[in-house]
Amino acid sequence: MATAPVSTPALLVEDLQKRYADVHAVRGLGLSVASGECFGLLGPNGAGKTTTIEICEGLLAPDSGNVELLGLHWDHDASELRERLGIQLQETQLADKLTVEETVRLFRSFYERGRTVDEVISLVQLDEKRAARVGKLSGGQKQRLALACAIVGDPDLLFLDEPTTGLDPQSRRQLWELITEFKAHGRTILLTTHYMDEAEMLCDRVAIVDHGQVIALGTPAELIGSLGAEHVVEFALPPGSPVIDDAKLRALAGVHAARPLAGGYELQVGALHRTVPALLQLLAAEHLELTQLTTHSATLEDVFVSLTGRQLRDV
Amino acid sequence: MSDHDPESRSSLWQLITVRFKEYSREPEALFWSFGFPILLAIGLGIAFRSKPADVTHVAVANTGSRAASVAAWIARDSSLAVERLSPDSAAAALATGRVALIVFADSASIHYRYDNTRPDARTARYLVDNAVQRGAGRTDVLSVSDEHVEERGSRYIDFVVPGLLGMTIMGGGIWGLGFPIVDQRRKNLLKRLVATPMSRAEYLASYLLSRLVLLTIEAVVLLGSSVLLFGVPMRGTGLALVVIVVISALAFGGLGLLIASRARTIEGVSGLMNLTMLPMWVLSGVFFSSENFPRVVQPFIKALPLTASIDALRANMLRGVSLPGLWPELAILAAWIVICFSIALRIFRWR
Repeated sequence: MATAPVSTPALLVEDLQKRYADVHAVRGLGLSVASGECFGLLGPNGAGKTTTIEICEGLLAPDSGNVELLGLHWDHDASELRERLGIQLQETQLADKLTVEETVRLFRSFYERGRTVDEVISLVQLDEKRAARVGKLSGGQKQRLALACAIVGDPDLLFLDEPTTGLDPQSRRQLWELITEFKAHGRTILLTTHYMDEAEMLCDRVAIVDHGQVIALGTPAELIGSLGAEHVVEFALPPGSPVIDDAKLRALAGVHAARPLAGGYELQVGALHRTVPALLQLLAAEHLELTQLTTHSATLEDVFVSLTGRQLRDV
Repeated sequence: MSDHDPESRSSLWQLITVRFKEYSREPEALFWSFGFPILLAIGLGIAFRSKPADVTHVAVANTGSRAASVAAWIARDSSLAVERLSPDSAAAALATGRVALIVFADSASIHYRYDNTRPDARTARYLVDNAVQRGAGRTDVLSVSDEHVEERGSRYIDFVVPGLLGMTIMGGGIWGLGFPIVDQRRKNLLKRLVATPMSRAEYLASYLLSRLVLLTIEAVVLLGSSVLLFGVPMRGTGLALVVIVVISALAFGGLGLLIASRARTIEGVSGLMNLTMLPMWVLSGVFFSSENFPRVVQPFIKALPLTASIDALRANMLRGVSLPGLWPELAILAAWIVICFSIALRIFRWR
């Protein structure tokens, strides 16, 4: 399991509950994030990640539960907390008519202490765009500017809500580098994402969240290891093919688990070289035609599928 | 690491300069603030400029032997234009309003046909009768002389400029606060800002202060052009005028804040703004006196902030009433300030 944090956690959340008119968004969620850790909340849209992070950010009040940040509480230490937290919201449109530099300078003016405007702009690699209007920036540049505004107060704890959603692969990688750099300075990060690769890439530990609860917690390696399978085989049959009995699939050499997917099946396997030939033999014996066969190393995505029976991207 | 950048100023200063930058980069906003009120004043000034009295058209019906001499007597009065028409075409001209009056003259008497409810027709009746009686040999008993004056302060342009100023203050306060605040809320920027240590009081103050600065410029431009182009009088003290403008600006700023306090969409806030402003445009006496409305609704009209603002501005500019004489209007505006701000701050949606 996860290594328990030794000192006071940077963020402690206990038995958090939040109910909206028609949704029970967060149901008894608990977290403990150690100082210096990059912690990921991973889950599909609507899992309660944003509600949780906004409660931590002091933007929403929980119905019940305890939230402690840097040993402080929103009830009595709100102004100190705002000084020490850096926040990037999921969808913020900064003022289009202002330039990059004016935007960062405005945010800098809110904090007692912090980095210089110039330093932050170079850190997020927007030097060339400092005089450009925000409205003219690309999606990736806007996200980097949002990150600049989040770190200009030199925060001890940084919240990033879906930092790379909707970005092209190159912009995502660029943001990952920046986050990795920030992490290297020993600051604590809590990020939410529904991208498994992002969580594996950036996070020291990950909590998988579904229906407002943590359903798994650990390092990405631990979580993937918990599958007991190193690889995943997915195959598809033509529409209208007869159903293959799960037991037959599980009986194949090297298969740990098998489950039907939309239009096909998914097998978690230990060794591809033993399972794939056996699978092909089975299909030949059953006179079934194969339309698609893919294999990949097990990822957090597979952990989520194995825990919930649903795929992240389907939800 | 601390920031020693010499350009860094307090957050209030930053918030205000950002307001101005955003505003000045919006060319349409500049037009509506400065260009529109001036154009309106110029347009109204031209339309209602004081001009020599109009010439009134009258007809003499071609009946009887005296028609020609009667027409000649009437023609001596330069404010009357006379034509001789057959009875039928004279009747048609009267029916369409092309002439105000028809004269039927026979050897013994004069007969006037005109619409007694038309002021110009009644005037024509007296002018024509005067010309005819004199032509026929009447002599005046007393000698008279005329002196023409044009009283500044009683013209329509003098009436409408304070109305336009009041309307500018209202529009600036309501649009100037309502739109940008709701726009920031819609874009989640408001939520982002309150997640920083930014002072919420400074955020709201930045709007009010930047509005006051812009309003000062707008008022100077509007009043300056009215005084220079049309000689609109400024009979009250400058101090009283500043006090009225600032108190009005705060009242409409509070109203704008109240309108913007909950809305999440531009459409929603636009509807609320129109709902608020339309009755005042109509009732508060911008373009015509609100005294024209029935007596039962007068207390309601007097309680509207635009009525109070415009009444105070007119009293100050046209009649030179000083601050103590303006207390009822100022008290109404102060009440609006207190009510709007206390409700708006309580229900304001910061996310």
